[in-house]
Amino acid sequence: MKIEIGEVEHVARLARLTLSKEEKELFTIQLNAILDYIEKLNELNTTAVAPTFHVVSHRNTMRDDEVKESYSQETSLENAPDKSKGCFRVPKII
Amino acid sequence: MEVEALYHLTIHELHERLRRREVSSQEITACLLDRIREVDPHIKAYLTVAQLEAMSGGQEADCRIAAGRISPLTGIPLAIKDNMCTQGIKTTCASKILENFVPPYDATVIRRLKEEGGVILGKVNMDEFAMGSSTENSRFTVTCNPWHLDTIPGGSSGGSAAAVAADECIASLGSDTGGSIRQPAACCGVVGMKPTYGRVSRYGLVAFASSLDQIGPITKDVEDCAIVLNTITGHDPLDSTSVNFPTDDYRKALVNDVKGWVLGVPKEFFIEGMDPVVEEKVWDGIRVLENLGAVVKEISLPHTGYAVATYYIICTAEASSNLARYDGVKYGFRTSETSDLMEMYLKTRSQGFGAEVKRRIMLGTYVLSSGYYDAYYRKASQVRTCIKGDFEDAFQECDVIITPTSPTPAFRIGEKVQDPLQMYLSDIFTISVNLAGVPAIAIPCGFSSEGLPIGLQIIGRHFEEEKILCVAYTFEQNTDYHKRKPSSPTSQSSTS
Repeated sequence: MKIEIGEVEHVARLARLTLSKEEKELFTIQLNAILDYIEKLNELNTTAVAPTFHVVSHRNTMRDDEVKESYSQETSLENAPDKSKGCFRVPKII
Repeated sequence: MEVEALYHLTIHELHERLRRREVSSQEITACLLDRIREVDPHIKAYLTVAQLEAMSGGQEADCRIAAGRISPLTGIPLAIKDNMCTQGIKTTCASKILENFVPPYDATVIRRLKEEGGVILGKVNMDEFAMGSSTENSRFTVTCNPWHLDTIPGGSSGGSAAAVAADECIASLGSDTGGSIRQPAACCGVVGMKPTYGRVSRYGLVAFASSLDQIGPITKDVEDCAIVLNTITGHDPLDSTSVNFPTDDYRKALVNDVKGWVLGVPKEFFIEGMDPVVEEKVWDGIRVLENLGAVVKEISLPHTGYAVATYYIICTAEASSNLARYDGVKYGFRTSETSDLMEMYLKTRSQGFGAEVKRRIMLGTYVLSSGYYDAYYRKASQVRTCIKGDFEDAFQECDVIITPTSPTPAFRIGEKVQDPLQMYLSDIFTISVNLAGVPAIAIPCGFSSEGLPIGLQIIGRHFEEEKILCVAYTFEQNTDYHKRKPSSPTSQSSTS
């Protein structure tokens, strides 16, 4: 077992998910099966290999910092689950 | 001609009729909307049919045509995978967490289609957040394969492929992170292309794995694929990974000639566990090209066996980061049970995401978590370099690479839902293409004894879409698989 149920709970907390007891048990089994499969990458010696994060060689993409037209406050709030006085509203934090 | 048959036609066939004013876009659009009403209760490809928008799109297209401003997509009804933002039309990603999201803007690809006068019929089904290979992970409905209603249409762009195969649109857009355009195209017997990474702007595409995602066309034939590519490709300042590399008219590549071309066939792609009928039909397809003067050469892509493992580290890591934005604050679903902010995050995300999305967020969070980054994410990024290098080496010896698209024809609905790893392995032939960022097209090359389509995959070098289009076009001109149609869904019984 690479990953125990306690670690599944910890990772769920990091990912901001609450899992039911059944989900925790199922994910522990399934994540272990997937992690076992992934283990095969260790057959390869990659110490001298540079990682690839981007497949097409790119330099930083820059543009001039110009003010352009954007969405209105009203449009930006159109999809908000809760809003008040032109702001997004959330439950109390403290 | 009879109005009823309009939905059978391709983009280029309809364009000719529109140009000659034999038919109007409004007539074509109405015909497609009728077709959707008739067959979609059986196929279930659509999540949203945008009837009013489609009718007014048809009207605008007719005005353009009357003013002499017709281009190849003007007046053509199209379906869009529900992960591309459409202004004023719901964009759900087939997820509860975006079930009520109405984008205030168009994705760049949608803007480009509209600028050409393309008509958006609606939004089609997919695996939730494009995570899956069967479209069974949709939160809303299971889409059926038009060739056999008991089988999956492939995924994640299953709605896009099924809608084209069932003549519920003339062409569609899908997105491909590990095979999500090509595998469903193969399952449904249509043409699907994943362009080179960076060719098509991802602005407005709901992000899954940003270093792999790419939008592409699903069409009835290769000429239509070239037409849609002409419209959607090109540099976009709104996507910093979009490449500023000149694009030509892709239709110029449609030449029926492969004499002297070297077709690389990688030995690692003909593996144990592959359905013998897939192997047989793919080899038959390769022989067709060989008989037309192409040279077949065995090549090696030695790291193929590591692609699925590499992919499931990189894509889940990127997904866990991309999907952190769904917190119930600015848009989308928010749980009704909230006492404080943390509980709102936890419950919104737990109720809003389905099982496969949670599984991938968990795996991605785990491989990026403190102490594991080097063992998993860095390791996978190094193996990615090896996989990319395999393609660079192979293309020293051949013009294009030919492989099967998927190891089996479409499997039955429900067959693999309990075993995520088996589901992941159905993308074994498509995933390395995304890791390397090269372009690839899937075209139909035969049928199984049950009448299910089988797909051939043609892979090219970075930015050499023209070459794979040429080989695909030549194959199509010398075969008739692309012309076959499934029997009417109303005459098939899904309970058989």
